[in-house]
Amino acid sequence: MARNLIDIVDLSVEEINELIATAEDIIQHPAKYQDACAHKQLATLFFEPSTRTRLSFESAMLSLGGSVLGFSSASSSSTAKGETVGDTVHTVSCYADIIAMRHPKEGAPFAAAQVAEVPIINAGDGGHNHPTQTLTDLLTIHREKGRLDHFTIGFCGDLKFGRTVHSLVSALSRYENIKFVLISPTELKLPRYVKEEALKKRGIPYTQTTDLESVIPQLDILYMTRVQRERFFNEEDYLRLKDSYILTPEKLESAKPDLSILHPLPRVNEISVAVDKDPRAAYWRQVKNGKYIRMALILKLLGIEV
Amino acid sequence: MNIDSIQNGIVLDHIQAGKSMDIYQYLHLDELDCSVAIIKNVRSNHMGKKDIIKIDTPMEVDFDVLGYIDSNITVNIIRDGRLVEKKHVELPKKLVNIIRCKNPRCITASEPQLDAIFLLSDEEKHTYRCAYCDTAKDKKF
Repeated sequence: MARNLIDIVDLSVEEINELIATAEDIIQHPAKYQDACAHKQLATLFFEPSTRTRLSFESAMLSLGGSVLGFSSASSSSTAKGETVGDTVHTVSCYADIIAMRHPKEGAPFAAAQVAEVPIINAGDGGHNHPTQTLTDLLTIHREKGRLDHFTIGFCGDLKFGRTVHSLVSALSRYENIKFVLISPTELKLPRYVKEEALKKRGIPYTQTTDLESVIPQLDILYMTRVQRERFFNEEDYLRLKDSYILTPEKLESAKPDLSILHPLPRVNEISVAVDKDPRAAYWRQVKNGKYIRMALILKLLGIEV
Repeated sequence: MNIDSIQNGIVLDHIQAGKSMDIYQYLHLDELDCSVAIIKNVRSNHMGKKDIIKIDTPMEVDFDVLGYIDSNITVNIIRDGRLVEKKHVELPKKLVNIIRCKNPRCITASEPQLDAIFLLSDEEKHTYRCAYCDTAKDKKF
């Protein structure tokens, strides 16, 4: 069976560290990798809209000398005719060497991996997991802080449906001496299973609060998230909760001078545009890192060494 | 109360009192033509009360189902009126098509032809998680 990336815990800490090292090398020596995936094809199957993730996968493959095919909405695939995820992926795995897929249903990439003959990368499955965003986040933290341990990280916003949060909490729980501060409205708290599996079982300290301003001075990293309209069954709940946290330059006055602000993007209004000029805003650098770590991941899953 | 002993078949013993009907349902015993005796609230020195099921025909029993419902059950195989084998069940590591995920966002909700796979995530609490979406399902019915 092909090697897949469905959940960030599919990768060991050593493998993550290797991917980060490869990404760093790609950043330093891009020319070395420009033909690494010549004659290889990446299929991007996006059953749900995306800007960054799809384009970064495509850009990553093109920068490795490979080519890309795929679709960017379910309506332009045979899903619209009632085809199952398994059959779609089985078909595409006859054409492509590796598949990156995003799907609104949780567990769809796992279902795909049961039938695919080529590696499957989960590019986001509903509110569940988004492991390549996690790799992007880890590379960004590594580049901003020079390490992946010994810091306090605050997660702010929608921690219930925020799949990037779930994956990053799971990934960071395997590194040493990280303190977690969970900032969310009561209705959007981190799911119990994530707290139990990633934090409680490992005896990792965490605090939960609804008040961002009271905890911001203790943070080394602040991971902001968007309240996602598409995750709510009820529009009223979305409207009530969407503006729970808005990060402004004023709120950052009490933050550490070396704070790093991350956001998986897209943002709506949870980070004021005025914050973009603050050198602590790392989210645009984070976008760029997403391409490099995906290049490293494609190489790894295709078994290509440079 | 007397129930005739069986000649060739299976006796499921040490069932936690009250769970015999769950086992009847999950093992599809209603589909059998032979005699099936469900004996409820039998006095037991060890358990206080227990249920017993006697099935008067040799059959393959799904040990994963039994282990999931009650891992203390013993399975007695009877041949020619004699006990020839006593088997203990265990909490299964993996359940396939025994329970379904109740998360409406799970891919198995929209594609019900997929195998419903659950993995044991907490042995102490008997918690299983959907292999697709990680939604927890407590062992208790």
